Amino acid sequence: MSALQKMMGWVDDRFPLTATYKAHLSEYYAPKNFNFWYFFGSLALLVLVIQIVTGIFLTMNYKPDSELAFTSVEFIMRDVEWGWLIRYMHSTGASMFFVVVYLHMFRGLMYGSYRKPRELIWIFGVLIYLMLMAEAFLGYLLPWGQMSYWGAQVIVNLFAAVPFVGEDLSILIRGDYVISDTTLNRFFAFHVIALPLVLIALVAVHLVALHEVGSNNPDGIEIKKHKDPVTHLPLDGIPFHPYYTVKDIVGVIVFLMVFSAILFFAPEMGGYFLEAANFVPADSLKTPEHIAPLWYFTPFYAILRAVPPLFGSQFPGVVAMGMSIVLMFFLPWLDRSKVKSIRYRGPIYKIMLALFVVSFIGLGYLGLLPSTPVATIFAQVFSVIYFLFFLLMPWYTSIDKTKPEPERVTG
Amino acid sequence: MKRLKNFLFLLAAAPVLAFAAGATVHLDKAPVNLSDQDSLQRGARMFVNYCLNCHSAGVMRYSRLQDIGLTEDQIKENLMFAGEKPGETMKTGMTKADAKVWFGATPPDLSVISRSRGADWLYTYLRGFYRDDTRATGWNNTVFDKVGMPHVMWNLQGEMVPRYKKEGEHEVIDRLELVKPGSVTLAEYDAMVGDLVNYLVWMGEPAQVQRKQLGLIVLIFLAVFFVVAYYLKKEFWKDIH
Repeated sequence: MSALQKMMGWVDDRFPLTATYKAHLSEYYAPKNFNFWYFFGSLALLVLVIQIVTGIFLTMNYKPDSELAFTSVEFIMRDVEWGWLIRYMHSTGASMFFVVVYLHMFRGLMYGSYRKPRELIWIFGVLIYLMLMAEAFLGYLLPWGQMSYWGAQVIVNLFAAVPFVGEDLSILIRGDYVISDTTLNRFFAFHVIALPLVLIALVAVHLVALHEVGSNNPDGIEIKKHKDPVTHLPLDGIPFHPYYTVKDIVGVIVFLMVFSAILFFAPEMGGYFLEAANFVPADSLKTPEHIAPLWYFTPFYAILRAVPPLFGSQFPGVVAMGMSIVLMFFLPWLDRSKVKSIRYRGPIYKIMLALFVVSFIGLGYLGLLPSTPVATIFAQVFSVIYFLFFLLMPWYTSIDKTKPEPERVTG
Repeated sequence: MKRLKNFLFLLAAAPVLAFAAGATVHLDKAPVNLSDQDSLQRGARMFVNYCLNCHSAGVMRYSRLQDIGLTEDQIKENLMFAGEKPGETMKTGMTKADAKVWFGATPPDLSVISRSRGADWLYTYLRGFYRDDTRATGWNNTVFDKVGMPHVMWNLQGEMVPRYKKEGEHEVIDRLELVKPGSVTLAEYDAMVGDLVNYLVWMGEPAQVQRKQLGLIVLIFLAVFFVVAYYLKKEFWKDIH
């Protein structure tokens, strides 16, 4: 027995190191037919690591103080060694996180990855998405630019629309009557400590749940149904390591090329990743002409604005916005189809999913624009489609003509 | 059915919608070229001579001007007048209180003005001053109506007056016309403003030249890495069917 083996034996007697490695990597059997859409889970994990590591270095130089915050970001961009690189990695990472997560979620919709027995994976995933939105919102206040300030003002005011307790609730969030130094400090605390902890914990349970039931695949069938009679291993499964580790490295490199192209050549992404107005220090007396949230929030912002106020209160819009995310949690039980994957679904689901995607992107686009009567009608139509995709799902998935699923995975 | 028709109509109207959102003042294209160090140096000179009297560049250190090809001595002799140290940032002599009284507002810090306003806006704005006796300063601007800032470079450009045209119900400024020539021609003035804007763009992010150079290296590295990773994957997967 070599010294290394001895050492591993010593550890394994005290901690399940080899067992964990086997359970989650070398003997975690994943379907062999993963396609392009299956890169985004591991990429999301990569971006999470990028955000945490760059976040640590930013925290070393950033000052969470309304007098100093804006300037400290500019000093990071100028005087801190490689500060500009760290900051752009973090700002590009924020947007790319959402790009990757949206594609990851879309994969789930296409192949029915939320269906039994993966309901909890989906629910943990939606929770991750919620936390991610909160994390992004809190982080966006920190540069203390005009859009940071007024964006936070608009969003916190949404809580004030809640009947009876709204006003107190918004004061509780801000810690003040307006967005102020106090708000900045508490947002900083939540952004760098509280939410990252919750996020990491959620990602961990997301993965534990996944590895308990096994991954879905583009055919939406269970590979555990056909096992080798001798080894009891799924016939269509391959060990995650080395097969999917080497495959994911290819995906990671392609992703990093896109990431680097943005980071090094267009870090502002035409104002979508870093808004022009955010290069003006926050001024509580000067409202910007047009306040738009960052692109990854705009679909929900458009839903909010699409709902007309009731008795002068924005509350119905706030409820609609909240419901648009809450509905996602119920997806596993709304879908009554006999099959999981879009490959074997009938035309109705395909049309509904296409309409849903068009509406989501359409809402995202409209959320960037100032509100006009025409834009509002558009947003209302798209919002209705968005909600009908979920609310009518039990009906249209049960009448849809499905094709028979194959016994074994296809290409 | 009627709903559907309405919806289709709206879909057809989408381009109009996009247009309506983008309708703003026409901006001239700024001649930005960050590899032109002579232009950046001329721009830096313009900046300390004309802008720094009232505006600050609070995060821009004088010593950073070495990045555009100046030595520390050149910076000290030509660009620093108030006995500052090269490691200090560009501050203005004017106090906030004075500024409030003289101009009605504190002139904004210009460190990242090119990133909030954009090069084209600055280029058009600095060439868009015209005589307007209704204003306290005697000046107005085509892209920033009722601006508090006077035409600081009027002795260079000279005095412009607006010529109007009818647009529907309203009279709008069609173009500016030179009525009293300045010390340089309009073409020379445009070039000088071009240098200044070029400098402002550079100052908005001094690391941007290095950023693009590094970006190229990173992308080349990743491209090579991709080939290796791709064949590694192929090798591992050759038995999987």
